[in-house]
Amino acid sequence: MSWEVVIGLEVHTQLTTKTKLFSGTSTLYGQEPNTQAGIFDLALPGVLPRLNDGVIDKAIRLAIATNSKVQQRTIFERKHYFYPDLPKGYQTSQLDAPIVYDGHLMIETESGLKKIRVNRAHLEEDAGGSRHGVVPGMTGIDLNRAGTPLLEIVSEPDLSSASEAISYLRQLHQIVTWLDISDGNMQEGSFRCDANVSIRKPGEPLGTRTELKNINSFRFIEQAINYEVARQIKILESGGTITQETRLYDSDKNETRSMRAKEEANDYRYFHDPDLLPIIISDERIDAVKASFPLMPEELKVELMEKHDLSDYDAGVLVQSRAMADYFAALLSFKADAKIAVNWLLGDVSAYLNEKDLEISELSISAERLAGLLNRIQDKTISNNIAKKVFALMIDSEKSADEVIEAEGLKQVTDTGAIEGWVDEVIAKNPKQVEQFKSGQTKILGFFVGQVMKLSQGKADPAVINQMIAEKLQ
Amino acid sequence: MHKQTISELRAQLEKGEVSALEVQEYFQARIEKYDGALNSFITTTFDEAKTAAKEADEAIKSGKNELLTGIPIAHKDLVSTKGTLTTAASKMLSNYVPPFDATIVENLRSKGAVSLGKVNMDEFAMGSTGATSFYGGTNNPWNEGHVAGGSSSGSAAAVAAGLVMAATGSDTGGSIRQPASFCGVTGIKPTYGRVSRYGLIAFASSLDQGGVLAKTAEDCAIVLEGMAGFDEKDPTSADRMLPAFSKELGQSLKGSKMALPRDFFAGDIDAETAKAIDETLAIYRKLGVEMVEVDLKYHELVTPVYYVIAPAEAASNLSRFDGIRFGYRAENAQNLEDLYYRTRTEGFGEEVKSRILMGTYATTDVLYKDFFIKSQQIRRLITNEYNEILKDVDFIAGPTVAGPAFGKNHQASSIQNSLFDANLIGANLAGLPALSHQMGISNGMPVGFHLIGRAFDEAKLLAAAHQYQQNSDWHKKFPANFD
Repeated sequence: MSWEVVIGLEVHTQLTTKTKLFSGTSTLYGQEPNTQAGIFDLALPGVLPRLNDGVIDKAIRLAIATNSKVQQRTIFERKHYFYPDLPKGYQTSQLDAPIVYDGHLMIETESGLKKIRVNRAHLEEDAGGSRHGVVPGMTGIDLNRAGTPLLEIVSEPDLSSASEAISYLRQLHQIVTWLDISDGNMQEGSFRCDANVSIRKPGEPLGTRTELKNINSFRFIEQAINYEVARQIKILESGGTITQETRLYDSDKNETRSMRAKEEANDYRYFHDPDLLPIIISDERIDAVKASFPLMPEELKVELMEKHDLSDYDAGVLVQSRAMADYFAALLSFKADAKIAVNWLLGDVSAYLNEKDLEISELSISAERLAGLLNRIQDKTISNNIAKKVFALMIDSEKSADEVIEAEGLKQVTDTGAIEGWVDEVIAKNPKQVEQFKSGQTKILGFFVGQVMKLSQGKADPAVINQMIAEKLQ
Repeated sequence: MHKQTISELRAQLEKGEVSALEVQEYFQARIEKYDGALNSFITTTFDEAKTAAKEADEAIKSGKNELLTGIPIAHKDLVSTKGTLTTAASKMLSNYVPPFDATIVENLRSKGAVSLGKVNMDEFAMGSTGATSFYGGTNNPWNEGHVAGGSSSGSAAAVAAGLVMAATGSDTGGSIRQPASFCGVTGIKPTYGRVSRYGLIAFASSLDQGGVLAKTAEDCAIVLEGMAGFDEKDPTSADRMLPAFSKELGQSLKGSKMALPRDFFAGDIDAETAKAIDETLAIYRKLGVEMVEVDLKYHELVTPVYYVIAPAEAASNLSRFDGIRFGYRAENAQNLEDLYYRTRTEGFGEEVKSRILMGTYATTDVLYKDFFIKSQQIRRLITNEYNEILKDVDFIAGPTVAGPAFGKNHQASSIQNSLFDANLIGANLAGLPALSHQMGISNGMPVGFHLIGRAFDEAKLLAAAHQYQQNSDWHKKFPANFD
């Protein structure tokens, strides 16, 4: 009998707030150490927490998107442990009454849709970080990240393979980014995951699990789970037992290794934080968040397909990120043609972004400027080929498409007189090809068109050329 | 000058009969002369006080004087003061200078008060004698061989000896009222949430409340008016209208009721204290207050519940003193664990360590349900009981403590001392305002009378004590050595 894999995931999402959970200090990433640690973040005595109210709406959004319930009277608790990057000696978190609970997501698997239960999502503060080696022989503490708001989303152990785990994670990632709950940036740790993995024979009770900590790429999560499953199978099949422990994934070696055994687990002495009053969330507030909900990716995809006659694939790519969908909508708002816009976004724009490793939000051409370019393709001022050239020139300048076209003299020539001159010249210069055409090799028409385009430096309208050559050679 | 009330001194300042600078110099001289005998100050801030006094004189000249312009005060060393050492009377913070002011410091300064320094206390406000201070105990001005009470020992002693007109205090389980009683001054712990806790070094967050000690109820009213009010920096601060306490001191007591819990009178009350109580009740009766006797069903649980909740929160609040970012750090630590261990072993005094251990113990997995959760439930019952009684009466009253301040050689365990405070703690558990004023003398030492009021009805408490003081002169008695 084969092994059954049981996986539960804990996802730490950093919320897109400008300031920390309780201190009002900026959450900007990548600043000089300890430049974003205020008097609360340093835990100076007497300084009290003040809740960043914006996190509540983000949690409600997650609840709605994961079919979960909102705890309408929720409290913060203190989780006690000593660590140098935990300034207060406790982390303010939620244990008994998490703000989001009892939900589920439907994920796509090889055997169809599967329901994955979301146990809970709770708000908590992030810790700071230790920096080894900055000061020789010492450990430096950077508290810039300390107090950054996190929403920890905990699934039930309903996932049965690494690929299901990835499917769940991708959907969660899409939700949190789509709803501006988190920027989802995995490199910066805004979306990171702990995986609890165990195996068992079907029908048997849950096996001993190991916890894989803090993995921050989809690929590594998949590899880590697969490695861990294989490791556990090997141990059990050779008669060994699994130790409950926390393991780290080493992406260089593609292996997991033991970090600490569970016996060292702390008694966190959770209790209600007396500095923070219970948070009461009204029905009205939940309704208001619901009312402000954008179309979800699947809904928007259907709408795009129906409204703009896009293919399932094209619409699917557009809704993979909120930023892409928004950019597309912006192009349309500036009167770009939907088909042309899709072709460009998924074609040249994506190619450029991939090459430069950029997000659509980092594209130096605004939707308004790009729409200006697409409009010129649509009205045949330039050809699609010329447009590529214009696009390249626009990236490094502030110019509009019209300005570039004007400055470079790239306007498409539709004047039949001018085109006729080039056509006659090409026919005169290539008697051999004329013969071939007349002898029935009509495919050679493309050669003539190419030659005329070359003469016109790409500006002649190909449709006019085609028609004219065909007429002249008849 | 030091025997005047705040409003008398204000009148003199306003008329130009004395300048704020002269007042400052007068009180500075008294501190320099007398504090050696009391040890009531940890840090003096005479230079800053001089500057503030000069500003006060400018303000008076230009008619911009405020409630407390030119009035000399002191802050309990638990209260954060920007640029001035703030130690909580602990070795742990013996080098700590906050970069910000507590809200009450800011409030009182904006009302023109002139702070002469930071006064002594029990370490981290844990104790009821003043003796647990890293800087040595405070002596009682009435008899230097006796304790001043605690934890606001320095506040009470400095006010009683006329070294300042008023001092801030904090009260977690009687820490304002008990030393007020021991030193023969008036002290008020307002309703939880009335005074901002922002910048008060936390002991037990759900019980801590800042307040004031002064010679009279009227002085307390003026200072409280200057320091209280909603503060958005404190999430537990109450967003309520702040009455002008000093203008409501005349509100009639006719027809008001006072509950006298039998349990409050059950201790080892000595004859002189008992006599003082009778005389005090007689005055209140004369003012039109009706007395009713009541029983407190949960009275004997008040102290045990407090000794679970307060240390539990304290252990948590004091976790931040780890030697990493500020305060004392043990030298030559071998590793991280050792750094924590030695910093906290060396930096905290015995009383603080014992409470951290008690609090940690009470919240461990094994005991959490039976100790901590049970205590929270009983706290709710106690709160309900007090509030039920206060539906029918205006005050719950009794002796502040069962007798006068004891001698410094008096040996009592911290638990025995705490039982001495049983009348006081209920007001903290229930978050109610409470006040202590002197009611007489026993064995040559002052004894106090204790009034608990309805939530946010400090005005009535202050009015009651004020009218009592209009009909008695205990508040005018001064310790002989500091006349």
